[in-house]
Amino acid sequence: MMDLRKVVLRLDNVTKTFGGLTAVSHVSFEVKEGEIFGIIGPNGAGKTTLFNLITAVYKPTEGKIIFMKTVLARAAKRDNLFLQPYQVAQAGVARTFQNIRLFKKLTVYDNVLTACHRSADYGLAASFLPRHIPFTKMVLPWGRKLVRQETQLAAKTEELLKMMGLWEYRDMTAANLPYGLQRKLEIARALALEPKLLLLDEPAAGMNPEETHALLGLIREIRDRFHLTVVIIEHHMDLVMNLCDRIYVLNFGQFLAEGVPYEIQNNKDVVEAYLGKEDDAVC
Amino acid sequence: MFNWFYIEGILILVGVNLMVVLGLSLLTGFTGLFSFGHAGFMAIGAYVSAVCTLYYHIPFVPAMVLGAAASMVMALIIGYFTLGLKGDYFCIATLGFGESVRLIFDNLDFFGGARGISSIPMITTFELTLVICILAVAALTLLMHSRHGRNMIAIREEELASQAIGIHVFRYKMISFAISAAYAAVGGALYAHYLGYLQPLMFQLTKSTEMTIMVIFGGLGSIGGSVIGAVLLTFLPELLRSFANWRLVFYGAAVVLIMISRPQGLMGGMELTDLWRKFRAGGRKRRGTDVLPDEKKEGGDAA
Repeated sequence: MMDLRKVVLRLDNVTKTFGGLTAVSHVSFEVKEGEIFGIIGPNGAGKTTLFNLITAVYKPTEGKIIFMKTVLARAAKRDNLFLQPYQVAQAGVARTFQNIRLFKKLTVYDNVLTACHRSADYGLAASFLPRHIPFTKMVLPWGRKLVRQETQLAAKTEELLKMMGLWEYRDMTAANLPYGLQRKLEIARALALEPKLLLLDEPAAGMNPEETHALLGLIREIRDRFHLTVVIIEHHMDLVMNLCDRIYVLNFGQFLAEGVPYEIQNNKDVVEAYLGKEDDAVC
Repeated sequence: MFNWFYIEGILILVGVNLMVVLGLSLLTGFTGLFSFGHAGFMAIGAYVSAVCTLYYHIPFVPAMVLGAAASMVMALIIGYFTLGLKGDYFCIATLGFGESVRLIFDNLDFFGGARGISSIPMITTFELTLVICILAVAALTLLMHSRHGRNMIAIREEELASQAIGIHVFRYKMISFAISAAYAAVGGALYAHYLGYLQPLMFQLTKSTEMTIMVIFGGLGSIGGSVIGAVLLTFLPELLRSFANWRLVFYGAAVVLIMISRPQGLMGGMELTDLWRKFRAGGRKRRGTDVLPDEKKEGGDAA
């Protein structure tokens, strides 16, 4: 059956080499709108490199990465185009990091507030205006804009924090949050961008089974609520098999298998890559 | 010794240092970039404004603005080429910049060469310095509470994550560097029109490090801390004047002692308003609290 849903993310023959080492080699896949797409593979298979390529932290050596209708990166012989990481984020791709990267010394509130900035555009000069005196609002049009947008930012931050169940922690320093909540805060910060595509890099790492289960519900909920497409890297097979619509398996930077969870579970190559060959086991 | 003329002089110097320190505070404390070249920006502000008032008879305030503008342009040029560098390398680049600015003024006859410029109109008064400093503190506080300021803080905290949430890191580093240079230039302009003469030797590397010490002493990421740092460390050498040659030794010892007992600086990341809130809440500070909400409740009951 033809799948008529829009393609949100397309990787076309993407290769990345670091010196002589090929981290990712000829990877191609398409992620459809509204899908939860899993990327799995043994350690060092190049999963995070793939995320770094999509978010323009690395430039591909070869291949094309297309998001909606925007070319994020294109490396051809004479026709190179690479967006900067911030441009990728502004285009609507948000991500979380495998080793949590929060603004550690800021409060939970400020972490999310800073990420909301995409929806404000008042200029540098306006930011020197005192916000709390009526003069600003009355006299200057850009003063009005400043006050209005800052109020909107605060409202949006509050809404997001409440939705993610982080509102009561808003005044805590991010570094002092328990681990599970730090992961949650990273997701909240990514959502503040109002992305179309959310990349989650091992969101369940270090979580216990109950927390993992709650995370599963949360990811589905935010997908439906924000009309997101989600690409997720994860090692918890439970989570991946329950959550993902389709799964892409990477091994040593190369394509191994792609399909729905059932197909992946019963794929001989995948089982081999994770558990080793049967012969090896006998030895 | 304690007549008004003497005290006023020190207070003006406090103002001059405060301007440069505020600029450095924005760059180092809030954007996370170290600079050892701010004496260079101070020199540009001082020389340009002095030439404007002395040779072209421009009133002081426009002359000061011109000095700041010149310094900003210089910062944008230098920043364009060096802000792509990682932390330490940027720091070394600014060090080189500061020294080369001094040497350029040393060799340009238009700016008086090594002899410097004298008979600059002595316009800087305590009142003028005070007004400018209050405006500068207010402007910086407002900036840090706007989206632009918060973006800079985000860059200090985690550069990669800032990019991932759509912050144009390079652009914000440029903005921060330029504003910082303008602050230093205003300090320089006040300095020139207080002393009445200028010579390149005033803007040596030691001047830059002195400013950096004040920022770190006061606490990185705190405007209140920068003010306290600038005031204390400008007054300290004067208070120690009776120790004659030993005073700089005591000055150094005092700085070392403070840094050992409070490595984050006097105010480290806190503002005066935070202190006030903490004081009012009776030890249970609101912002940046380390206690989980449920634990806090228990703590509250016990108290």
